[in-house]
Amino acid sequence: MTTQLTPAVTPPARRTAARRLTTRVGRVRELGIVVALALVVIPTAIVNPRFIQPQSLRDLLLNASIVALLAVGQTLVVITRNVDLSVGSVLGLSAFLTAQHFADNPGTPLLLGIGFGIAVGLACGLLNGLLVALGNVPSLVVTLGTLYVFRGIDYALAQGKQVNAANLPDALLDLGSSRVLGVPILVLVAVVVIVVAAVYLRSYRSGRELYAIGSNPEAATLAGIPVAKRTLTTFAVSGLIAGLAGALWVARYGTVDAAAGTGLELQVVAAVVVGGVAIFGGSGTVTGAALGALLLGTITSCLVVLQIPAFWQQAIAGALLLSAITVDRLLALRLAKALRTSEGTSHA
Amino acid sequence: MRNLLRWETALVFLLIVVALTGQVSTDGSFLSGGNLFYLGLDIGEIALIALPLTLVIVAGEIDLSVASVLGLSSALIGWLWNAGWSLETILPTVIVAGAVCGAVNGLLVTRLGLPSLAVTIGTLALYRGLALVVLGDTAVADFPASYTSFGTTPVPGTDIPYPIVLAAVLAVLFGIALHASSFGRSVFAIGANEEGARFSGIRVKRVKLSLFVLAGAVAAIAGIVYTFRFSSARADNGVGLELAVVAAVLLGGVSIFGGRGSLFGVLAGVLLLGGLRNLLILQDTSTEVLTIVTGLLLLVSVLAPSVTRRVGSLRKAAQ
Repeated sequence: MTTQLTPAVTPPARRTAARRLTTRVGRVRELGIVVALALVVIPTAIVNPRFIQPQSLRDLLLNASIVALLAVGQTLVVITRNVDLSVGSVLGLSAFLTAQHFADNPGTPLLLGIGFGIAVGLACGLLNGLLVALGNVPSLVVTLGTLYVFRGIDYALAQGKQVNAANLPDALLDLGSSRVLGVPILVLVAVVVIVVAAVYLRSYRSGRELYAIGSNPEAATLAGIPVAKRTLTTFAVSGLIAGLAGALWVARYGTVDAAAGTGLELQVVAAVVVGGVAIFGGSGTVTGAALGALLLGTITSCLVVLQIPAFWQQAIAGALLLSAITVDRLLALRLAKALRTSEGTSHA
Repeated sequence: MRNLLRWETALVFLLIVVALTGQVSTDGSFLSGGNLFYLGLDIGEIALIALPLTLVIVAGEIDLSVASVLGLSSALIGWLWNAGWSLETILPTVIVAGAVCGAVNGLLVTRLGLPSLAVTIGTLALYRGLALVVLGDTAVADFPASYTSFGTTPVPGTDIPYPIVLAAVLAVLFGIALHASSFGRSVFAIGANEEGARFSGIRVKRVKLSLFVLAGAVAAIAGIVYTFRFSSARADNGVGLELAVVAAVLLGGVSIFGGRGSLFGVLAGVLLLGGLRNLLILQDTSTEVLTIVTGLLLLVSVLAPSVTRRVGSLRKAAQ
């Protein structure tokens, strides 16, 4: 045993330098988003000081919270080298069913109704996960398919109707607008989900295994990681979070029809990618992804404040995404070069 | 390969089923000339874009920005028309602009080594955004009737719409390029094993770049068709069409991992989706059913090979 231990100890010692560099670059990534946020917010605040008043800052966070929530679920999926394109449809289905449930059963306790929305999302996520993990089918295609299926079911159930705020309980609508210590409840919910997911990914064995799966699926299988089970779990969690986001969508907007959240999946993937999560898996943090969502949302608000025509928003969001992945790539290339040199010296 | 052939046979079978059901349930009007004309019009743009996208996916990449290029080319047509250009100069300009959009995708993917999924999600937003910047939320509709009739009248003496003629000509060209040329073989080789392709002397980056340029140019052509068909240049023309096109290509049996697929299967996939849609509209079925059917077909198309493989291996194990 002891003879086997010695070689196992040395490589980590050598790897620490490399790992320190990697974490530093990782931190630089999140710092980069914060800097970008500052670059967006400060000039806007100078032009229009009202932009940094508590109320508009609250709105900023509130607007980003739903996309940030979805980005957390998406991060778990993307880290394992998969993608979940169905989140917008899952959110829409959950939002409509939750709203209808509240409207049909006026006496429903608040948490039970939200739990209903979460259950809808979980069921959708489990279906995605089962198809990907057991069917051994690429997640891009599966979730593109379920994007259509879930949205179609949503439209079929809604039959052109919409649920109005007047039919929803006040407790639910209060949830969308009330605050605790000045912070909107929706933002608090998003923060709690982000923190839980961040701790899980950072400090739990199964969380670390997600990174291993994304870096090298074959190696992960050989190392005894239950790849199918973990994949299933990430999709289930992504669906669950989308279900929660759907229920919160109802609370926030009050009026829900079958089109809620259409096209949201691209915003979410954009937020995740801007947040530094590699689309081919194996790296990234939920904090980064949530910051990415906040940055994209903030830019939209800034353009409104700066009275730049809304037409520019999408082009700027696209350009930002492209520059984010380009900078990432260039950083990664430099990192790889640095690692090679540091390894070279340690060998010599 | 056998699975693939089986899937294409299944597609043709499904097509026949749809056609017969349509014919019976609509008392013969489904396969009538007039209805086929509308069916053809309806699938024109999807058929056009699906051609180069098949090559892109066979090469192991993806282009989600095609519908945005369609919208940008439509917006450019309106903007340049308002600026007093003649359509004879606008149309080539727009196609070149589409090729440039494709080249930007291709350069980001090949020169920087970025994943095409991320790049084209970015350019999906960027190109649609540029379309909005160019034309805002206005619509330009005062095109001469000689051009807009291109989208509303059939080829004289037949029931074939012009966009389908265009798509058919391009389909033959793309079919030869993919299945009967060394270029096509290198596309398959890249999709099957990029490293292997590079070591066997294929200019991987150049081939991929040319595929993205083709996708951009053809998407611009689809934008022209779309604009004249509805006689309306708008920045939001074809929003969300990328998912329909990708669905049609994958339904046609092209592997999302690259290296496998055929243009014939893709055309069958496009026809199947268009035929179903048309049939449902004829029967006054709500379009949400179509959405569900599209999704289910897509799921079946990817699950079928996987299931047959599993059954096959089980059978082998039993022997």
